[in-house]
Amino acid sequence: MTATATLAPATAELATAEPAPAAKKELTEALLYLDAVTVTFDGFRALNALSFTVDPGEMRAVIGPNGAGKTTMMDVITGKTRPDRGDVFFDGGITDLTKLDETQIATLGIGRKFQKPTVFENHTVLDNLRLALKGQRRALPNIFRRESAAARERIDEIFETIRLTEHRDRLGGALSHGQKQWLEIGMLLAQDPKLLLVDEPVAGMTDAETAQTAELLRAINANGHSVVVVEHDMTFVRDLGVRVMCLHEGSVLAEGTLDQVSANERVIEVYLGR
Amino acid sequence: MTSSARLSRLPRVLCAALALLFAAALVQRVEAQDISAALGQLTTNKYDDTEAALGALALSGSPAAAGIVSALADGKLFFGGTPPRVFIEGTGGALLDPLTMQPVADAPAVKPVRVNNRIRRAIDAASGALSLVSLDAAKRREAALAVGRSRDEAALPALEMALGKETDPKVKSAMNLARASILIGKEGITPAERIAAVELVGAEGNQDALAILRSVPESAAPEVKQAAAAAIEGIERNLALWGVAQNVWYGLSLGSVLLLAAIGLAITFGVMGVINMAHGEMVMLGAYTTYVVQEVIRTSYPGLFDASLLIAIPLAFVFTGLIGVLIERTVIRFLYGRALETLLATWGISLILQQAIRTIFGPTNREVGAPSWMSGSFEIGHLSITSGRLWIIVFALMVFFALLATLRLTRIGLEMRAVTQNRRMAASMGIRTNWVDAMTFGLGSGIAGMAGVALSQIDNVSPNLGQSYIIDSFLVVVFGGVGNLWGTLVGAMTLGVANKLLEPYAGAVLGKISLLVIVILFIQKRPRGLFALKGRSIEA
Amino acid sequence: MSTSPMNMTRQPALLGTSGIIFLAVLVAVSVLVPVLNLAVAPDSAVHVPTYVVSLLGKYLTYALLALSVDLIWGYVGILSLGQGAFFALGGYAMGMYLMRQIGTRGVYGDPVLPDFMVFLNWKELPWFWYGFDMFPFAALMVLLAPGLLALVFGWFAFRSRVTGVYLSIITQAMTFALLLAFFRNDMGFGGNNGLTDFKDILGFNIQADGTRLVLFVLSALALALGYVLCRFLVRSHFGKVLVAIRDAETRVRFTGYRAENYKLVAFVVSAMLAGIAGALYVPQVGIINPSEFSPANSIEIIVWVAVGGRGTLVGAALGAVLVNYAKTYFTSGILAPYWLFMLGGLFVAVTLFLPKGIVGTFYEWREKRRQHDDIPDEPLATPRPAE
Ligand SMILES: Nc1ncnc2c1ncn2[C@@H]1O[C@H](COP(=O)(O)OP(=O)(O)OP(=O)(O)O)[C@@H](O)[C@H]1O
Ligand SMILES: [Mg+2]
Repeated sequence: MTATATLAPATAELATAEPAPAAKKELTEALLYLDAVTVTFDGFRALNALSFTVDPGEMRAVIGPNGAGKTTMMDVITGKTRPDRGDVFFDGGITDLTKLDETQIATLGIGRKFQKPTVFENHTVLDNLRLALKGQRRALPNIFRRESAAARERIDEIFETIRLTEHRDRLGGALSHGQKQWLEIGMLLAQDPKLLLVDEPVAGMTDAETAQTAELLRAINANGHSVVVVEHDMTFVRDLGVRVMCLHEGSVLAEGTLDQVSANERVIEVYLGR
Repeated sequence: MTSSARLSRLPRVLCAALALLFAAALVQRVEAQDISAALGQLTTNKYDDTEAALGALALSGSPAAAGIVSALADGKLFFGGTPPRVFIEGTGGALLDPLTMQPVADAPAVKPVRVNNRIRRAIDAASGALSLVSLDAAKRREAALAVGRSRDEAALPALEMALGKETDPKVKSAMNLARASILIGKEGITPAERIAAVELVGAEGNQDALAILRSVPESAAPEVKQAAAAAIEGIERNLALWGVAQNVWYGLSLGSVLLLAAIGLAITFGVMGVINMAHGEMVMLGAYTTYVVQEVIRTSYPGLFDASLLIAIPLAFVFTGLIGVLIERTVIRFLYGRALETLLATWGISLILQQAIRTIFGPTNREVGAPSWMSGSFEIGHLSITSGRLWIIVFALMVFFALLATLRLTRIGLEMRAVTQNRRMAASMGIRTNWVDAMTFGLGSGIAGMAGVALSQIDNVSPNLGQSYIIDSFLVVVFGGVGNLWGTLVGAMTLGVANKLLEPYAGAVLGKISLLVIVILFIQKRPRGLFALKGRSIEA
Repeated sequence: MSTSPMNMTRQPALLGTSGIIFLAVLVAVSVLVPVLNLAVAPDSAVHVPTYVVSLLGKYLTYALLALSVDLIWGYVGILSLGQGAFFALGGYAMGMYLMRQIGTRGVYGDPVLPDFMVFLNWKELPWFWYGFDMFPFAALMVLLAPGLLALVFGWFAFRSRVTGVYLSIITQAMTFALLLAFFRNDMGFGGNNGLTDFKDILGFNIQADGTRLVLFVLSALALALGYVLCRFLVRSHFGKVLVAIRDAETRVRFTGYRAENYKLVAFVVSAMLAGIAGALYVPQVGIINPSEFSPANSIEIIVWVAVGGRGTLVGAALGAVLVNYAKTYFTSGILAPYWLFMLGGLFVAVTLFLPKGIVGTFYEWREKRRQHDDIPDEPLATPRPAE
């Protein structure tokens, strides 16, 4: 309680730092726009008046201690959790995400990798990608769907990107933890979303793999996709070399380059404990 | 049906017997000349005279009159001798003096006083009137109510006579009501008198009063009819409310049955997440435990019959609890986290248990008796409440709160909750999760067994007993919100009351069907039930 | 950037080895049984009497029913404890047609009203009996009645994301509600006694050996077509989405698929298959009554599938025939009182010791043996033992 009370001035400062007309501009220019989003679970505030924006083509890293609300933020954006209050807009303020369900949001072009890697365990790696590949999503037409040459080509491309070509016929469930992470990123690529939400992509990876993942995400971003990455691994975040946002108790605590953020007293306090 | 007929006959028999007793006891105070003329009329062997004598006896206020009238009714009144006298035939054929009830020494040859239908009617009227002056207030009130129901104008003089003497206020109001009921339909009274009567009857507010008010004659003055219509409307509104209250009571009673059946499931399904399709069979085993206990008592300790249920409750708890532990240890523990497989395996167990009982006890219903304290009924206002149902409600609530207390206050309750919330953490803190699982399942099963003891009182004890409860129980638990005991309580009571309130409109079967449909729709609206737990444990 | 040739060979064949064996057996049976019934002298050891033909026909309809359950349980993870309701509805649709065919040959000789309506003193045919004197209409109803129920029920259930055991319980409540409803005389479906005393079907005497044989062969044909249909569905892109829903429904939604629509299509197809099974069942056993709606019946179907092997299609059909053969065998002999013990034990044993069923276990064994073989054509997706 006291923590949120002391936090309030800091967030207020952030919000008032920009003049009012800029907010409007922000909304129409932003790919993703969150304003004063609050989520409570049985009285516990997982998100507390969270506000931030992501520009088209931007890659953003999100850090924050356990329970800061990072996953909940993604749940809100993807429609898994409805906010109690606040606005969530996509695509320059055209669509209000709080009114849509997961499927509609996914169709709009928001892809998500889960914190706990979830692939289709009883499907082969190839089928996992086929299922994710952008294309017909309706039930009846999919009964008679035939795979096009273009689709096949695209899948092969993705296989090269995620380096799982030799595993294409193995079942998804048989992959190692790291491989599953890569497969899930591959599925995200196949979906070809405008915005990728990536929750802890390098958990369980070796240092080399971590570096490769950072490289992969940068490449994806360079291709014009916007990316929001949640990660605890600071080396990885540094490798990404993008704007960093630190969440704490459901609000933005600090924002800037990694060096700026990690120099922030409040961030240090939060990470090292009181 | 037969029992109610027997009940209504009871007061008359009692009345006659009591009257005889009092007549014998108070014989000294009798003033013989009071009824001697009437006694003389009984010896003329003429129906007209007999009828007149009955009228006189009814109004005489003599304590001996009741005995004489009932003797006549039973064909035990004789006359004979010179001058002709009246005798009552006592036990063993001895002739008794009607006033003293002492055997007469020089019994002459006698003939019975003849009775035909007209006389029989007169006897009924006379004995009714005599009850009005009985020494027992309850009996006088009973008689007044009977007269009020019969609305026999001929009873009016007797009624007014009794009213003059009456001192007990309750009896007096009953007599006033009876008088008013008669007056409403009587010819030749003033409208003001009639309106007063209408209002008096209207204040009574029951079904009988309605019938009386509806019989206000066409010829009555308009203001009388208006008053009657107003009174009828008031009563109908009142009765409708009572009718709803009665249905709510039935609903609560059904709800408590559902609660009993579901509460064990709330533990195994709600707390452990185990779908136990054999839950109904645990209930059935509890009912059969009751049966066995009663059989043993019947053959060996008949005096203990009233305690049979109290003995059966702990036995059923232990027995079904042990069976539950056995099932958990041998089957269910291999299936944790595989809800649908558990469902199938426990269904198999339920088939086995049913067939086992069928093999041992046969496929037909077994007779389980009700102890005396479970039978009988009483009324509150226009509500009729049977003791058996009342006890079941009390029992269900007791079980519910005992369970709540167990979970909240005891060590094992704490461990159960810990294991539910985080099995691995609980294990690493030294809780023997295996043991807790077995205990939890045993507890749920044991409670089902206790429910069976109660259900044996209201349902047929047959191998299929459990089957009829399993679907309802699941619906209650799911409707109330899984993992929430209070939800189960509210769910059970809501479904019970809703069912009984629907029944008058839809009939029993359609009511049940519509309830099922409503619950199905409800679950689809709120898949996690009324009191859904919000949290990650549920989603996992 | 190069197209891998492997990519194209991955699609499993419409019929795997076991599918071909399955269809071959069906063809063989539907040729052999009529031959052994008609062409072999009744006193011969290999003669198949007509009552056995009908019995076998009944098994085949059960196999189709099991197939319909496997489609949704094995591939979508929907454990319907109300599949018997769809079967019964199909059966009632057929029964109503057969009732109307009786005409004046009923006990009361009413040209329009079935006997039970005359008995109940009804004066005219209820509106929902109209049209059932025409076979095409009745046949349409065999599909539509279960299909519509499944559509409405599934639309509500899947849209509000009722899943797992909750779904199982409300499907059970659904069939229970129908059981109560069909028991009522004033529902107009013959109440307790149901529909029976059928005379003929499409003008052929329903008791005649020839009719029985035709019905038997039709049942085999329906089973074969049902199998091919299911197989076609589950190996399509649609079917892959179904399996994905079974394993990770949330993930499917986040991938942009409307999971409820996929489930709904599968549920409706499954209900229609069950309806067809019911329609073929009724003329062969000669009666349909409300007990077909009883929850116990529906749950028994599940054990057929579990015994044969969930998610294998062939296994479901095999399980249905095996369990029902055992039932016929045991309930007719001195072992009759023990049948329920056996059935109950079967439920427990299969879930504990044979979670993949006969066929699933066989596939697993074969898979192990040819670990290095590149292209398994089966299983499409044997489910994990967990739901
Ligand atoms: N469905 C839920 N029910 C109850 N509480 C929840 C739920 N989802 C999240 N929470 C709570 O909200 C808070 C934020 O959770 P969240 O998963 O967003 O944290 P996070 O920042 O992703 O943490 P981590 O780094 O550990 O993944 C936590 O305290 C969590 O317990
Ligand atoms: Mg997280």
